[in-house]
Amino acid sequence: MTSQNGSETRVKVENLQKLYPISRGVFRAPTDFVHAVDGVNFEIKAGQSLGLVGESGCGKTTTGRMLVKLDEASDGTILIRDSATDEMIDVTEINSKTEQKEFRRNVQMIFQDPYESMNPRRTIFDIVAEPLTVQNLGTTEEREERVVDLLRLVGLTPPEPFLFRYPHELSGGQRQRVAIARALVMEPTFVVADEPTSMLDVSIRISIMRLMLELAEELGVTYLYITHDLAVARYMCDKIAVMYLGKIVEMGPTEDLLTRPMHPYTRALLSAVPVPDPSYKRPEVEIEGGVARAINPEPECRFIQRCPFAQDVCRESPHPDLSERGNDHLVACHLVDPQGNWMGAERAVLDLRS
Amino acid sequence: MTDTRMDTAEGRLGDSNSHAEAPILEVNNLVMNYELKGGGMVSAVEGVNFNLPRGSSMGLVGESGCGKTSIALTLIQLAAGNARVLDGEVLLDGIDLLKLDEEEMRQRRWTDVSMVFQGAMNSWNPVYTVGEQIRETMDIHWDPKPTAAEARAKTEELFNLVGINPEMIDRYPHEFSGGMKQRAVIAMALACDPKLIIADEPTTALDVIVQEQILEELKKIQHELGMSIIYISHDIAVIAEITDLIGVMYAGKLVEQGPTAEVFKRPRHPYTWLILSSTPSITGDRRQLAPLKGEPPNLLDPPPGCRFHPRCPYATEKCMQEEPPLAEVEPGHSIACWHPESVPVTLAGSTE
Repeated sequence: MTSQNGSETRVKVENLQKLYPISRGVFRAPTDFVHAVDGVNFEIKAGQSLGLVGESGCGKTTTGRMLVKLDEASDGTILIRDSATDEMIDVTEINSKTEQKEFRRNVQMIFQDPYESMNPRRTIFDIVAEPLTVQNLGTTEEREERVVDLLRLVGLTPPEPFLFRYPHELSGGQRQRVAIARALVMEPTFVVADEPTSMLDVSIRISIMRLMLELAEELGVTYLYITHDLAVARYMCDKIAVMYLGKIVEMGPTEDLLTRPMHPYTRALLSAVPVPDPSYKRPEVEIEGGVARAINPEPECRFIQRCPFAQDVCRESPHPDLSERGNDHLVACHLVDPQGNWMGAERAVLDLRS
Repeated sequence: MTDTRMDTAEGRLGDSNSHAEAPILEVNNLVMNYELKGGGMVSAVEGVNFNLPRGSSMGLVGESGCGKTSIALTLIQLAAGNARVLDGEVLLDGIDLLKLDEEEMRQRRWTDVSMVFQGAMNSWNPVYTVGEQIRETMDIHWDPKPTAAEARAKTEELFNLVGINPEMIDRYPHEFSGGMKQRAVIAMALACDPKLIIADEPTTALDVIVQEQILEELKKIQHELGMSIIYISHDIAVIAEITDLIGVMYAGKLVEQGPTAEVFKRPRHPYTWLILSSTPSITGDRRQLAPLKGEPPNLLDPPPGCRFHPRCPYATEKCMQEEPPLAEVEPGHSIACWHPESVPVTLAGSTE
């Protein structure tokens, strides 16, 4: 199933946008919109994984949901390679039931909460086999065989005793394994994983992370990995994209982004991550306050209210383009020169808290 | 299980004979079970001992169900109705909180010990201003009641301390952001000058930048007011950042405790070592993280001997039969393990 050509593009997102209208009453057309996702562009190569990182409300989950067609895009294109025909299919153009069915063979999602993403009245067999039932694939025996294989693959061994249990009989880690088995039963080539380990305890988290990495290698699955945790993204992703208020503000190969962050927001995010080492001296967090919602945002840089470095150019120009500063490392900031050097103030001495 | 409740005073932290340095909190051999409807007891807290020196902070860390929150709720007598304290004492400044009746305990909450819970920011009443709600706490617990001016002055002082603009006193909760609401909860916890604050996952629901800011405020409060604080968290990285002492819990028992810096530098219990080995970090070499096999035990029927033995790579015959006591491996640093020398000096997992 995997492409031999490692640089083949599996997913390409162009100018993706999602606007949520704010209702002002039944008889009035909405005039205000939350720009949840606003002009997002990225590309994921086959077998690679891209981490989408940001604080709550930055649009990372909305982006993921549009990619699997759980939410409709307001604008833009989402091209995902169809494994059967090897053609790039525009997800936003998929309308008919048959096209959708076809699409879901190829693309799946793993959700954050393994307690809420499963029907409590169905057995593990029903849950994992559901995509096969919907797609009308195989006989009951064949389905059972497939489910047993998958449960074994995700480490629920021996698989047979799990088949006719219910979700409440399983621990959180076991349920997340079931969720992964369900996502993989159709042999998708692309999986959107939305914080798949954030509800799990540390000791279980690592085994799920390792499982997902092993499956990526064995089955050639491409991931969009959504997380708020940069430390987790470091282990799961080849590339990381940092989102802020609906925009990607920085994107690059994982280690390069972590060791050479350029955008002030990425720098703040990195300096705030707790580090399991009491002797670690953290750089000072330079920004204050929480994320706002982007309601009818001004054209200027989205980060301007919280940016301690903002200069006239930031206020007078539109939101900067995401452009490359060497080594496949892209950043959207007026204060970073084309070589990736910081041109702003050394360190902002600012206390925005009032 | 009674044979396991041994007192291991030599293994505890912050022991001192001089009265001047008497710890603010002493927990001695605390045993708490949850009684289930159909009979059966969940062994939630089993023979826990620790001391908290005055003005210091201690982190209790462990996975869900390890008993860390049960300890906190037992300390303030707010555990669920089916909780049974079977043994032990909790001395706050020399007074055993477990011996107090409900009314006496009620008077000591907020004034002697106050709590900041996870998601407490969602417990503000939407129809009163935040200032009014803090004032209410003061009215009930201050003796004599504060005048309006006193209450306002105190609230302003607290808002400044936790980093909220004092003008926000007359605002309603919906006008606060999530982080601000949690800061206001911390202000309220300080409203009656408690001797001890218990903070149970105080930043877990918050975004990382807001979390960092609130942890900074809490550190400041500890140092400026000489406050004693117990932090409870599943996140060992958060505990690393803010505490002087750490207690690692597994399946209802303290398995390792000591100065935070020491424990992180050289974890001695296999569980602590494995947890640290499997914690992703943005710093240092990108190691292959070592997985911890299996899942925590069912506390309705905990495993005999050391409760960690079914998952422990170093378990021997003895571990399956006998409960290891908490014993010092170096001054102030103790573990409950029969094989204290088994854990390697470096973390598990190879450097890539």
